[in-house]
Amino acid sequence: MSDSKPKRLALIASQGTLDWAYPPFILASTAAAMDMEVGVFFTFYGLTLLNKKIEANVAPQTNPAMPMKMPFGPQGFQNIQWPIPNILANNIPGYESMATSFMKKTFANKGVASIEELREMCVDMGVRMIGCQMTMDVFGFKADDFIDGIELGGAASFLEFAADSDISLFV
Amino acid sequence: MSEMNFDQVLDCKGMNCPLPVIKTKKAIDTMDSGQVLKMIATDPGSKNDISAWASRTGHELLINEQTDEGYVFFIKKK
Repeated sequence: MSDSKPKRLALIASQGTLDWAYPPFILASTAAAMDMEVGVFFTFYGLTLLNKKIEANVAPQTNPAMPMKMPFGPQGFQNIQWPIPNILANNIPGYESMATSFMKKTFANKGVASIEELREMCVDMGVRMIGCQMTMDVFGFKADDFIDGIELGGAASFLEFAADSDISLFV
Repeated sequence: MSEMNFDQVLDCKGMNCPLPVIKTKKAIDTMDSGQVLKMIATDPGSKNDISAWASRTGHELLINEQTDEGYVFFIKKK
């Protein structure tokens, strides 16, 4: 606890998959709730998390440790960890979208907020969000694609904020 | 269960990390200094998280206990 200068958290969000979208928004919203100043730099695939509609999927084939659970049925059935080998996961059409919808459903069942809800809380609590201008240019994103209230900038914009931070993490 | 007067109650049952902390912060923001918030959660993580949140923000955690209702917190706004 300090009554002087607030603590400052600076995050870099570089990934755009559903599982990797959670850490920056959970940390940013919680830090803001703890009266910290928070800034997040969204770069590379992380920039897609600023799109008005987030279309983040999980990619089970690149996460061999990811537990595969069913979000329905009796608790005993839901607790089963299904051993789906990568050779199958990589080749079943629609496996990624199925895994994504299962993960969303499991998270909702467990009372975890959606990415959109967490992002909205971040906006409400004054989290500073900086979208990477260079990534926009490279991938052809438009400022109109993004939610309101964000800034656009580059590495220097983020570093200027991060230079005075107490915690800085790359996600 | 401890008895104590409170000014506002917040139900966070069924919510998972980080929602209980964020909802608690938002509720405290609407209250006056010295008022007491009663918060009930079912997330076992909230036991330590609300304590950490209170020590960081300076609000006083008067009670932090597990009851039949769930995890119950009484927080006095600084």
